[in-house]
Order: sequence, then structure tokens, then C-alpha cells
Amino acid sequence: MLAVETSDLTKDYYVGFFRKRPRRALDGLNLRVERGEVFGLLGPNGAGKTTTLKILLRLVFPTSGTARILGRELDDVAMHARVGYLPENPYFYDHLTAQEFMNYAGELFGLRSAERQRRINRLLERLGLGASRDLPLRKFSKGMVQRVGIAQALINDPELVFLDEPMSGLDPLGRREVRDLILELKEEGKTIFFSTHILSDAEVLCDRVAILNRGRLQGCGELGEILSLGVAVTEVVLENPGEELLKELRLYTRSVVQTGERVRLEVPAESDVARVLALVVRHTAKIVSVNPVKMSLEDYFMAQMGATPEAPPSREAVNAPDPERRGK
Amino acid sequence: MRRVVSIALHTFKESVRERVLYNLIVFALLLMGAAILFGSISVGIEQIILVNLGLSSISVFGLLMAIFIGIGLVWKEIERRSIYSILSKPVRRAEFVVGKYCGLLLTLLVNTAIMTAGFYAALFYQKRSLSVADLAVLEAVYFILLQLALVVGLALFFSCISTPILSAVFTLCLYIIGNLSADIRWFGQETGSAVVEKATAVLYYLLPNFGDFNVIAQVAHGEKIPAYLLYSNSLYALLYGTILVSAAILVLEEREFR
Repeated sequence: MLAVETSDLTKDYYVGFFRKRPRRALDGLNLRVERGEVFGLLGPNGAGKTTTLKILLRLVFPTSGTARILGRELDDVAMHARVGYLPENPYFYDHLTAQEFMNYAGELFGLRSAERQRRINRLLERLGLGASRDLPLRKFSKGMVQRVGIAQALINDPELVFLDEPMSGLDPLGRREVRDLILELKEEGKTIFFSTHILSDAEVLCDRVAILNRGRLQGCGELGEILSLGVAVTEVVLENPGEELLKELRLYTRSVVQTGERVRLEVPAESDVARVLALVVRHTAKIVSVNPVKMSLEDYFMAQMGATPEAPPSREAVNAPDPERRGK
Repeated sequence: MRRVVSIALHTFKESVRERVLYNLIVFALLLMGAAILFGSISVGIEQIILVNLGLSSISVFGLLMAIFIGIGLVWKEIERRSIYSILSKPVRRAEFVVGKYCGLLLTLLVNTAIMTAGFYAALFYQKRSLSVADLAVLEAVYFILLQLALVVGLALFFSCISTPILSAVFTLCLYIIGNLSADIRWFGQETGSAVVEKATAVLYYLLPNFGDFNVIAQVAHGEKIPAYLLYSNSLYALLYGTILVSAAILVLEEREFR
């Protein structure tokens, strides 16, 4: 049984005051998330990540298409007892303390008092909120509110956890803790479905990712497959190559950056690497290293978005790269 | 049912932590104190003045609480997005609405009880004793509560579709019109026009009718409240309140939280 399955999921929002016109937020999304995996939904702002999560959590309704969670229809209320959800930029009740809010969340899941208290204690401690449990939430920092949000999403010991931008508002330490927590949840056999635009988090955590842009699925696959798609660029570092050689090398390189005596070249085409090395040997320059750089999730993401990675700052370039000759 | 109770108790807790509530209670109790003063300078009608002013205070301040807390009941949850974490749990939207409604009713019940206790304290101070006949005041208080239940229903309904300011305006307008609905119907009958008569009759049945809930003057003058009014007002409040809460549920069932 799949954890999440969507079929041609489409959502139109109607915008405008007098003449309402549809704006497509999600366009025929087909996803299959296996149980026990960490699945990342990536995309820039406005890509449809939050809309997807809101449809799955029945906060908005799809215009067309269907979705199932844990094999059940979305409007099956009992199914939601097996699911946890952290909204994006969460806000909880100012007048409640963390303990009271967690208690309320536990009551809504129908947990008995003793069990509720046991889970509250465990989760607040696990998220580093044990000492702040009796403080009103209005006194919490953004990062602490985020932690409470994660804690309430786990109060029912869910099989499937939806986290909308879980690292938002957290400091580096907090991010590390949440990363560890997600990995622990995976070890416990839970399915994690989270949206993020922080690619490094996805790279560390996800078994599979889906990339959305303007409501459309741009790509979906296992992280291992994506990251072994091939060499994105070959990095060649030389020592004191000389002006003459550099002039010739610029025909094959994307960027040339000098740091002290060393010059770092990026050769985009694998077929040009041999030519570059032959030139270096002919000029009897010293090769420090030749390093094939594999495609990162960021490269993959940028490729799916239809953009190319940015070149390094030109100020550091030995000679300003000639735009007409680049990539030839 | 357990979830409705949880939401109701949470709403009650939220309401009693609102500072405005305490201000209103203090004002109401001060007004009752003032009623003693007014009574003491009104020779022979001290008790009539006290009952009139006391019950009016309970009614007016209860109305203010019902409107000011009611209009934010659902709107605040939507605006602050706290509703996301509630509705993503195994909670039906209908349970959420009913829980919110019951929570505010509980708040108003407790506040009205406090104000009624204050009223009886004022009455005891004036008369130096209390009699069984003074229990008639409770009938008027019960009718005020029924009225407040309808006002909360209106505020809750508008809270699901509009902003607090507009909700307050709509609720207050309907409250005023509801107090005049018998007059509107009478006006229609007096015009002699069949169309106007039918239109005002439709309005009379469609809009909430608060006129029959106001028995303050009768109670103040020691008149007995007919038993049928107790039943008809209870049934009317139950039916109309159910319609209002159902309408709020229907609106929220269709609402998207973008």
C-alpha cells in the first residue's frame, strides 16, 4: 500500500474581484510515495508545494484529479488519525502554554489522559522544549514555535508525517536537530513527506524527491539516481600556468579563477578534458588536480527549472571571460 | 462528541483569557451598583428601577460579549491559520463549528451567572432580604440567555464568511431588526398593500424575532410570565439556533483555506 498517491491532481484558484479568472496552482500532479521513505517536494516559491499539501490535508479541494493517503480517501476522517501535519509558518494559540496546546492536540486525537501526558513529556523533551513547557506560546521565538509545531504533528505517533517547510525559522543548530529527528522518524518506519526550497536539506534527508515548478511536476526520482546522472563539470587546478596557456584554455573552460599561484578551471564538456590536459602538458605547466564534479541536487534542480548554474564572480577571473568564446 | 467537548472547552478557555471580558463584567456590575443609587432617589419604585436596570445591564453586556467574541470565533482561527492544524486532525468541520459555538455559549452562561449573582447581591442590599417571588428574575435571565444563543449563532455564521467588523455590523443590524420584526409586520399589515404585507410577513418569519424574549418590563412590574412563552421561546431558540449553526457548518464545509 502506498503512503501517498495522487492522480492528475489539479487545482485552480480563482483570482480577480469582478471577473474571476482561474489561475492554475497545480497541474495534473501524479505522485506515488512509498511507505517508510523520506520524500521531498521541492520547488521555488509559488510552485504548488503548499497547495499539494493542503489538498492532501483537505484544507483546499482539488479542481480535478484524485488522491489517496495510506490507501484511503482524503475525506476519511479516521485516516487523519494516522497522519501528522506541520503547516508552513505555523501559528498556534498565544494564550496557551506549550503543555496546554499539546494537550489540546492530543485530545483532538482522542488520546487518553495518561498516554497523552506521557507523549507530551517525551516530545517536548525530544524537541528541546521541556524547560519552556509552561510558558505561553506568545513568548516563544519563531524557532520554538516551529518545534512546537513539529511536536504537535507527532503527538498521535503518526504513520505518515507531512512537514511544510520544517526548517523555516530554525537556526543552524535547530535545523540539525530537526534533520536528526526526521532521520530518527524514518528509522522508526514512518513516512515523511516534506516540502522545502532548501536543497541541502533535501539532499541530506530524502530518499526520493519531486520537483515542482509553476504547478507542474518537472521531475521525480530517487536521489541516488539523480546524483549519479553524470559529471556536471571537471575541475582542473594548475600552478603558474602562464598567460599564453590561459588564453588557449579559455576556449574549453567555463570559468577561470586565480587564487595566489593556483588557477582553477571548470571544463563543462567531458570530451574537452583530454584537450585541456594535452595543452597543459605541451606548455609544461604543473597540474595540481583534475577532479570530476558530479551533479548536485542543485544542478539537477536548476536544470529542471530550465536555468543554468551561475558563473563565479568575474572580478576574480584572471582575464574577463570572452562571452563569444565561452562554451565553444 | 469528545472532540466537540475539547474544542468547546478550549474556546471557553480562550474567551476567559480575553481582557475585554473582564472589563465588560466589571462595567455590568458597576451599572448594577448605580441602579441601587437610581432606585434610592426614585421614591416607591426602587425595585422596579433596580430590576429594569439590572436585567438591562445583563442583556446589553451579554450582547456585547456575544458579538465581540462571536465575530472572531472562526475568523481569528482562519486569519491566524491555527485552523490548519485543527482541521488536519481527525476533526470534522461540523464538529469544529459546534465546538466553537458551545464554547462561547458556556462562556456566556458563566458570565451571565456572575452578573445575575451581582444583581441578586444588589437586590439584597436594597431590600435587606430576598423572597421566592424574586426568582421570577431568573425567567428573564433565561430569556436573555436564549437571545444570546441566537446572537452567538448569527455572529458565528458571519464569522465564517466575513471580517470581524462586517460581522459585527451585520449581527448588530439583525439584532436591532429582530427586536423590531413585530413592528415591521404590523407596518406591512397597515399599508393595505398585499405585496408589502406578504413581503413584511416573509421578513418576519425569516429574520430572527427577538421581541418575545424581552420580558424585563413585565418582570420588573411583578407580572407573571405566561408558561407558553417559556416553551415557545425555548423551541424557537432551539430551531433558529440550529438553523444558524447548520448554515455556518455549510459555509465552512465549502470554504478553502488558501
